[in-house]
Amino acid sequence: MRVTVRLFARLRDIAGASELARDLAPGATIGTVWRELAGEYPGLAQYERSISSAVNADYARMDHVLRDGDEVAFLPPVSGG
Amino acid sequence: MTTPLLAIGPESLELERLAAALDASAGSNAGADGAVVTFLGLVRNHNVGRRVRYLEYEAYEPLALKSFERIGVEIQERWPDVRLALHHRIGRLEIGDASIAIAARSPHRANAYAACRYAIERVKQIAPIWKREFFDGGDMWIEGATADPDDQRARAEAERIACA
Repeated sequence: MRVTVRLFARLRDIAGASELARDLAPGATIGTVWRELAGEYPGLAQYERSISSAVNADYARMDHVLRDGDEVAFLPPVSGG
Repeated sequence: MTTPLLAIGPESLELERLAAALDASAGSNAGADGAVVTFLGLVRNHNVGRRVRYLEYEAYEPLALKSFERIGVEIQERWPDVRLALHHRIGRLEIGDASIAIAARSPHRANAYAACRYAIERVKQIAPIWKREFFDGGDMWIEGATADPDDQRARAEAERIACA
């Protein structure tokens, strides 16, 4: 299955892309995608404990199981207002 | 065109538009309200000793809008007689520009004041919005709170500040 990954703010700068496509095995979770990305872009690892994640524009936990076509987003600590 | 109660986008912000949107949404109950409290957040020219030149805001827009809706629901639960309007701006903002506008309307001022303060505290906690600061000598992403809408301690802290 294939998912789209969205990266924001400094995560996007580190990866050098705001959107990535990833092919995953069935049963993969948000955490699976995160670990894969952190392996690919070591600069992301420092965010391990401070990121939030979302699936299809709703907040979701790292153990959330993904489905084909999902949009996964990784969000560094926020600073709106 | 009617102004939505909740919005995020590159357009400049005007409190009058939020007040008008609340007025329009009040319907036949409009006469029962006795207070509108508004908040306008501005881009300032200094931050922790740095001379700020301008800011760039970015957002995960669909989730940001849902976060505003969630804040509205939380306010309904805590202050049932308050109605909320909240607009956030994104893109490049110059010193003095408004980045966020909030209006809370209620029969009585106490709840309107509290809900308005609560809304800005919750935006800073859970809305997926980021500011990049461009200052004399460089630029950096500002990173505040880890967004977790289910964190009840954060919610309680926002409520404590709102009611202080």
